Amino acid sequence: MAQAIIQVQGVSKSYWRDSFEVPVLKDISIDVQDGEFLCLMGPSGSGKTTLLNLIAGIDRPGMGKILVGGTDIGSLSETALAKWRSQHVGFVFQFYNLLPVLTAFENVELPLLLTPLSKAERRKHVELALDVVGLSDRVHHYPKQLSGGQEQRVAIARAIVTDPTLLVADEPTGDLDKHSAEEIMILLERLNKEFKKTIVMVTHDPRAAEKATVTHHLDKGELS
Amino acid sequence: MRIFKLIYKNALRHKLRTALTVLGMAIAVMAFGVLRTVVDMYYAGIDATAVNRLITRQAVSYIFTLPYSYRDQIAKVPGVETVSFANWFGGTYIDKKNFFARMGVDAETIFDVYPEYVLPPKEYETFKSERNACVVGSELAKQYRFKIGDIISMDGDIYPGPWSFVVRGIYYPRDKVTDATQMFFHWQYIDERMKQDMPGRTGQVGWYIIKIKDPSQAAAISEQVDALFKNSSNETKTETERAFTQGFINGFSSLLNAMNAVSFIIIGIIMLVLGNTMIMSARERTREYAVLKTLGFSGGHLFGLIFGESMLISAFGAVAGLLITYPFVAGIEAKMPKGFFPYFFITPQTVILAGAAALTIGVLASIFPLQRALRMKIVDGLRFIG
Repeated sequence: MAQAIIQVQGVSKSYWRDSFEVPVLKDISIDVQDGEFLCLMGPSGSGKTTLLNLIAGIDRPGMGKILVGGTDIGSLSETALAKWRSQHVGFVFQFYNLLPVLTAFENVELPLLLTPLSKAERRKHVELALDVVGLSDRVHHYPKQLSGGQEQRVAIARAIVTDPTLLVADEPTGDLDKHSAEEIMILLERLNKEFKKTIVMVTHDPRAAEKATVTHHLDKGELS
Repeated sequence: MRIFKLIYKNALRHKLRTALTVLGMAIAVMAFGVLRTVVDMYYAGIDATAVNRLITRQAVSYIFTLPYSYRDQIAKVPGVETVSFANWFGGTYIDKKNFFARMGVDAETIFDVYPEYVLPPKEYETFKSERNACVVGSELAKQYRFKIGDIISMDGDIYPGPWSFVVRGIYYPRDKVTDATQMFFHWQYIDERMKQDMPGRTGQVGWYIIKIKDPSQAAAISEQVDALFKNSSNETKTETERAFTQGFINGFSSLLNAMNAVSFIIIGIIMLVLGNTMIMSARERTREYAVLKTLGFSGGHLFGLIFGESMLISAFGAVAGLLITYPFVAGIEAKMPKGFFPYFFITPQTVILAGAAALTIGVLASIFPLQRALRMKIVDGLRFIG
């Protein structure tokens, strides 16, 4: 069996509220294989978003180790971790988190500004990403001129434009109507199956979870 | 798309808020510029002074006069090239608000000690030959439309009675800082009238203007002049023209200090306004900054975005402020009676100071939002609900 692309090894995480330590994750170990579509489910406060953040390198574990593509991301400095994220992780958020002052094209182009690509190359990548999500005709639209589903598709185009190793999605359908949610899940499924993207997704939605190849349930910070 | 474009778009995200901030800054920069200009103009007389001129006045105060007889004694002091003198006339020209400097002078020497007052030779000759002739500065002539041959009538106060002068010359300023708003006439014209009307006040001059050969000898010559009249009923105080002017201006020091203080208070207030705008903007964009960090943008990038926006707004404010300062100052100058200030213009130093103040505001206003954005943890930022 091939080595897992993500190895979560004995990870624990706590937050401090005033002087109280609140444990969020307790000794979690998960392996995610390359090309897998992992879904994390669980009730609110179960620690699934915290685990997603740790895997994506936007938070650090209190204990344990997380290896992504062989890199111990917990050992990287803030600067190195930021660079690592820009090269290896694409993010999809519940509320899309597009910059309202930028067009769809410019929002998708954002991560490419951190690469040495020329303007022409960036344009090519952006157009391709928007084509993949089916928004080639919305290139110059601002977020407020798009529907929720379209905004999320722009966010997905932004997440894939750098061709990252890993896509992380935190409740990607949480703010969408049923139809738009279905479209987004079909798109994520296509990215996983057709483009072989490894995806880690957090969701409450059982219908969304059906698209995943593996599902883990978290409850009170533990895998159940 | 470049970071600068994002800075620009961010700055214009809330157009009304940015416009009001820029407007506030512009008004503050203008107020700062006008106040600084007024203060500068008070001090401008110092810049117009010459290093080879000394002023001798009554030791107690320049409001007291000195005997005309001192002239020959001063002229004998080694190093003295020319001795001239002047007398403040006062008086009213039509209305008290028509204020300008009117002085009885020694026609033979005044244009020698003040070569920056350029008077055509022919007009000078006519001026010297007629007792009731006067010479006016070109700015004064422009304001009151004085022409050669005009008669200027005045009511005297220091020297009571009606007075008439015939304009026989218009002098022009040699330098930008030269005062072209004065009126000169013969001291002898006043003195002769005093001989008839108030004999006790004859033979008195306001102050002496001494042209010296070597400016490095100014202190020694001053001492020698004052030593001549030591223990007399009219002791003198001789100093360089610069020191004399400075001393005159020091009389307004409280006012000038207050104006200086107000100009900097204005800068402080507008700093708070821009700071508030930047803090509001940064707070609203907390989640966006978290997203940018998530995407791999570094602290340096965020620094560029926030600092750049602050600097852009302050630069807009500075440019707009300076652009409106010029016509505003020109308007003040047009309304202000000539002679109140010899000249009135925005100095390059004021422009630089206003620009530097605006940029400093930009820097300071970005500190708190920067601190907040750079210290923010991504997970906290993503959870932020603005």
